[in-house]
Amino acid sequence: MPNLGIEVLFKGTNMARLLGGLWVSLRISLIAVGFSVLLGIPLGIIMTAKSKVIKAFTRLYLEVVRVMPQMVLLFIVFFGTTRIFGWNLNAELASVIVFTFWGTAEMADLVRGAFISIPKHQYESAKALGMNSLHVFLFVILPQTIRRLLPLSINLVTRMIKTTSLVMMIGVVEVLKVGQQIIEANRTSSPNAAFGVYGTVFLLYFIGCWPISMLSKYLEKKWSNT
Amino acid sequence: MSENKKEEIIKVNHITKRYDDNSVLEDFSLSVYEGEVVVIVGPSGCGKSTILRIMNGLEPIQKGEVTYRGEKVDGKLGSITRIREKVGMVFQSYELFPHKTILQNVMLAPVLVQKRDKKEVKEEALQLLARVGLAEKKDSYPRQLSGGQKQRVAIVRALCMHPEVLLFDEVTAALDPEMVREVLEVILSLAKEGKTMVIVTHEMAFAEAIADRVIFLDAGQIEEEGTAEEFFRHPKSERAKQFLNSFTYEKK
Ligand SMILES: Nc1ncnc2c1ncn2[C@@H]1O[C@H](COP(=O)(O)OP(=O)(O)OP(=O)(O)O)[C@@H](O)[C@H]1O
Ligand SMILES: [Mg+2]
Repeated sequence: MPNLGIEVLFKGTNMARLLGGLWVSLRISLIAVGFSVLLGIPLGIIMTAKSKVIKAFTRLYLEVVRVMPQMVLLFIVFFGTTRIFGWNLNAELASVIVFTFWGTAEMADLVRGAFISIPKHQYESAKALGMNSLHVFLFVILPQTIRRLLPLSINLVTRMIKTTSLVMMIGVVEVLKVGQQIIEANRTSSPNAAFGVYGTVFLLYFIGCWPISMLSKYLEKKWSNT
Repeated sequence: MSENKKEEIIKVNHITKRYDDNSVLEDFSLSVYEGEVVVIVGPSGCGKSTILRIMNGLEPIQKGEVTYRGEKVDGKLGSITRIREKVGMVFQSYELFPHKTILQNVMLAPVLVQKRDKKEVKEEALQLLARVGLAEKKDSYPRQLSGGQKQRVAIVRALCMHPEVLLFDEVTAALDPEMVREVLEVILSLAKEGKTMVIVTHEMAFAEAIADRVIFLDAGQIEEEGTAEEFFRHPKSERAKQFLNSFTYEKK
């Protein structure tokens, strides 16, 4: 059997360091996801407004986020702000800002999409039963919106977790970076470490994201009721 | 007819309705009296749905006034929810709430809006569902029902609010032909009970059977008005004759 280079993981504190790196990735994505949801929901509701000005601004924001590679955003926020404003942003904070900026736009667009996908006659038949606007929103529109929204936003969360691997580019020591460091340090003693370490990193991402994506599939199936 | 003795429930008084620049109703008036079944017929696009929607405060109007028992019907006023409890409406599209079961669909508004006792509402809902032959569907979701079944639930849902008047807007238009009758039978049984109703329909045989008064609408104007017998057997206007002819076929 060929040497898979797994043994390096059991040397010293390597495994603990790798898990520590995973925790950094998860911490950044979870904080960013939290803020994205908190900011994205109200923004998405605002985006359903008919005002042309609001539409233009939110559209622009969304397009900027979609067009710019996340890495460019990271560089702008991390290196750019140091130069221009003289801020010395901590790399992890810069990452959270960039991921929140991105996640909020995507979340808001999902929320907007979910709200406008509720047919007009759902509002009307609820009103015709004597419900006031608050009743209509809380008991008829919101539950249907959440059902449409949840699988989609879970999908966004897994995308955000995966994309955190980019933050090592600005010096955050997350799981992939730790993996690289371990490989570098053992270059001579275990030349095959790259396979074992990256394989393990792959597994860790898989373990993190797979249950989430299964959950979204399950919810989608359960609620496919129109 | 003894209309004059009966109380006027809904009064549409010289209203004008425009969508942008397109005028749909101009100086239009119509009264609905207690216990009466008014059927509105007319070619597509003549404004039938618009009239029902205005009666339920779902469309703003530009001139005139609509009242329910003397009270102004206006979607912007707070009183509208109270009026809508009394003026129920069933639409053409299947508009049940997809995230709620059949029983929950029926119970939602009576419990939420009228603050009625849950147990009492449930009992009544089950009775009404049984009456339209859907008792065993109470825990199903709307997507598990046929179009005709959904429309019967929609009628039950409106009935459970104890409305004084029911507005029906082409409730069978989206149904397969074999499901039309099961829905119309329910409405016929309501008419027998003396329920006040305003019905828009393209089912002429049904209209003739159920109507106390037929309104023939053309381009937003009442072109002809009369009892079912008068309108369907002895139409006076050319337009009405043409319209009725469009429902019969002849082999040339
Ligand atoms: N939301 C709207 N915006 C603009 N125009 C509308 C709107 N709703 C209806 N109209 C127009 O108003 C006119 C009357 O429409 P309405 O729906 O009342 O007709 P109808 O008699 O119910 O027709 P049908 O038999 O096809 O249901 C039509 O010319 C229609 O194009
Ligand atoms: Mg219509």
